[in-house]
Amino acid sequence: MAALAEARVEQVAREDLVMFVNACFSCTGQREFYGDARGQSVSIEFLHQYILGNYRRLYARTLAAGINHFNQAQILLNLLASGSPVEARDKAEEGALIAAALRALPPQRAFRVLESLRSRRINNRRARAVARDYVKGRGNLAFDAVKYRAKLRAAVSHGHLKLEGELGPFLFHGWKKRVFTQPLLESFRRAHYAQEALYELPYTVAEGLAVKHGIPRDVFLQRIEPRLTAAERLRLQESSARERGTPPPVELGRASLTKLALYVLALPLESRRARQPELQAALEQAAARVLRKSPSRLGRVAAILDNSYSSSGSWEKRRRPLGVALATHYLLSSAAREYRAWWTGPVEDALLVSARGQTDIATPLLDALAWGADLVVIVSDGYDNDPPNAVAELTRVFRAKLDPRRRTALVHVNPVFDSEGYAPRSFGTAVPTVGVRDAEDVPTVLGFARFAEGAASLSELEAYLAARVEALLARDAQGRQGEAGASRDVAPAEEGES
Amino acid sequence: MTDARLIQRLEPTGLRLAPSQVWGGMRLVPVLRDVVRGDLRMTLRTYDDVAAVVSVKGGLKEPGLKYVSYVPHGLVMTWAGRQAEAVYGAQLQPSDGKRLKAGPFSIRLMHRMVHREDRRQLRMLPLHLAMEGFLSLQFSGPEIAWSEYSREGLSRGLDPRSESSVPGWALPMLDGALRTFEIHPQQVGLLLFKADVLLSAFVVAHPEDYRALHRTLVEDFYGGLLLQYGFLGDVPALGLTLDASRVASLGDLRGEVNRMRQDWADFHGFMAGGLFGANVTSTGVYKAGGFLLQRFHTSLDPTEENHIGEAIVGTDGTLEYLKTYRLSSAQTRRAYLLSQLAESDWHLETAAERLRTTPQDLAVRLRNAGFGYLLKDSVLEAAQRKHRR
Repeated sequence: MAALAEARVEQVAREDLVMFVNACFSCTGQREFYGDARGQSVSIEFLHQYILGNYRRLYARTLAAGINHFNQAQILLNLLASGSPVEARDKAEEGALIAAALRALPPQRAFRVLESLRSRRINNRRARAVARDYVKGRGNLAFDAVKYRAKLRAAVSHGHLKLEGELGPFLFHGWKKRVFTQPLLESFRRAHYAQEALYELPYTVAEGLAVKHGIPRDVFLQRIEPRLTAAERLRLQESSARERGTPPPVELGRASLTKLALYVLALPLESRRARQPELQAALEQAAARVLRKSPSRLGRVAAILDNSYSSSGSWEKRRRPLGVALATHYLLSSAAREYRAWWTGPVEDALLVSARGQTDIATPLLDALAWGADLVVIVSDGYDNDPPNAVAELTRVFRAKLDPRRRTALVHVNPVFDSEGYAPRSFGTAVPTVGVRDAEDVPTVLGFARFAEGAASLSELEAYLAARVEALLARDAQGRQGEAGASRDVAPAEEGES
Repeated sequence: MTDARLIQRLEPTGLRLAPSQVWGGMRLVPVLRDVVRGDLRMTLRTYDDVAAVVSVKGGLKEPGLKYVSYVPHGLVMTWAGRQAEAVYGAQLQPSDGKRLKAGPFSIRLMHRMVHREDRRQLRMLPLHLAMEGFLSLQFSGPEIAWSEYSREGLSRGLDPRSESSVPGWALPMLDGALRTFEIHPQQVGLLLFKADVLLSAFVVAHPEDYRALHRTLVEDFYGGLLLQYGFLGDVPALGLTLDASRVASLGDLRGEVNRMRQDWADFHGFMAGGLFGANVTSTGVYKAGGFLLQRFHTSLDPTEENHIGEAIVGTDGTLEYLKTYRLSSAQTRRAYLLSQLAESDWHLETAAERLRTTPQDLAVRLRNAGFGYLLKDSVLEAAQRKHRR
């Protein structure tokens, strides 16, 4: 009887954790096609509190599981808000995880976490130490002081940090008070009076000052061009082309895969058709770069990609489900030995895909099974309506009657979090469902799929997380060593923001 | 001689149903058309006036029979391949009727429910056409001057006759359902269920027209049932299952999925059984080339669900256009009372016998249904005295 209860406890713990990690892969608290932002944020908030209260150690370790930035930030804040664990070993591990995860976040998100410490009134010794270490570890703090001025000021004042040199006066006494010797700070001061100085500042800071000086947008865009980061270049392609005729030059192949896919989907069909070879090469290049970072070799792979109307996402996440599907298409096509894709609404070329029509996953799934794939990856939001529930039934019968030995692996990758179910919506029990935010994470979540299926035990899941924690900490230590060796005065970092 | 295109029994010829999509308490069933002829097209014309006054008889500003309602949009149908060629900046829509300013508001005067604008172009007011037909049932009133009827009732008939309905935007759920609905490529129509009760059916001839008109469904008017079951909760998503014992190969599995599709279609056909397959009484309204525009109503029997609507049927008998409205039970009762009266030549005693009641009770029922103005005050008072006792 006791053994039975134990097994049940273990099963519950495993299911809870899998649900949580899955939610952390996909949810960002933003509005989705079917769910509103309020429901999303309430749902994910609840999950965080539930897991933090019941499985604290695993909650902290989830930081290393490859989850999205929004949920990493939430975990960091929740851990810092709830004091440190009692056991010394846990304490050390959690501290190291928090520091490493914070450093691995893009700077604007990391500073946002520090700023949120103030708004959530979290001010304990550990939180102050974390803020201090992070700020101390930044390579070019003067640059941060200009670009993330309000956030850095909030972190410094809330954590009682001491800043060296001119930064303290710059942040707190106001830039009007004096002349600075640090060139960037001085540029920022001068840019309030002289237009020329403005072009030495980061784009986001210069943009507001340009409006203040009344500089025409086309002149501004032309002259600020050398200061643009890669993400800003990609973002400004269309609007800049409208304003001044030429877009800022960008190396499309170096952009992140999902962002590139979203950019392609935002283009009108004619220009997609006209620039077809260029865009295709860029997407393939980006996919190859992802695979270099996390290599995965796959056999005969079939992809079922959902381009129904619901993949158009929401006002806040425009075409994201479709973008993830498109990016996954390129990723799998370069990772697999043999590859074929089926879209729910047939398209002549993957680049020309658009979100239209009903969700009929059963027909392409049958085609894919008939083709004889080793691995079938379904990228969909989980709402199949032609006919409803067909995929769940089809896969159930397929597993029971046609493939009881599991020769064909089925995985459902879902970019949409369903707030009612506290998890990405699934296609029944025969297909494991994993959440995803960026297609770059697909190799990671494919590794996670065996836990979603329920085949692996809790101890295996714990071992998996522990291994990822070690990898994260090793990466972090390596990065810090490299940073200490390199010169401190680095050029403005290329910052991703996802 | 009757036209073969007049509908006797409403059959969804040339149409098939696809599985439903559910949002809260709404169930939307797509209607698909496999063969699209393409010679009957509909476009939307929006009016932004607070009310429209349509001259049903007589000229635009002359005294005569008028239909007054809020009309947010009309449909313009063109047939037999009429092509519009336009230059940029050209005014494509001719001015429709006349606009009168009334302070901050405007009122539109329009000529007839269905108005021919060009050789192969017709403007119609969707659903208002059917509603006008429903309001004008037995509109002329008693033909024989029985002593019970008031002078007004004898001289003016049912005029003024009114009915109320609910606009689609009164239920925010409907907007959500239409927003998240995924339109099929061959879709030409929609069956709208609220709490699994058929509220309305809408079918056009061409898929592109349907795509353009989809979101206007929220502006249309619906029967009181749209709000009546407002708090009933969500309708079940319904999942059919596959029979594992009949599957031995992938081909079988494909067959089973197809059977599942067919089961869905049959089931939705059954759910819409009060409309499709029901006997209807229809009258022709307009002959447009090979197409016949008509309006119809079902039996108006208070024990059954009743719909009114309008339809266009082509020469080959296919249903090219359909729009229906579900009558509430009170509306059905009113129509039923009037039809019973008309069938007994407006003689109260005969009608009371048909309804197995007394003339006094019938008079009270008429008054409760809102037709008290047809009867003399003395008759009504006597009936009420008797009824109270």
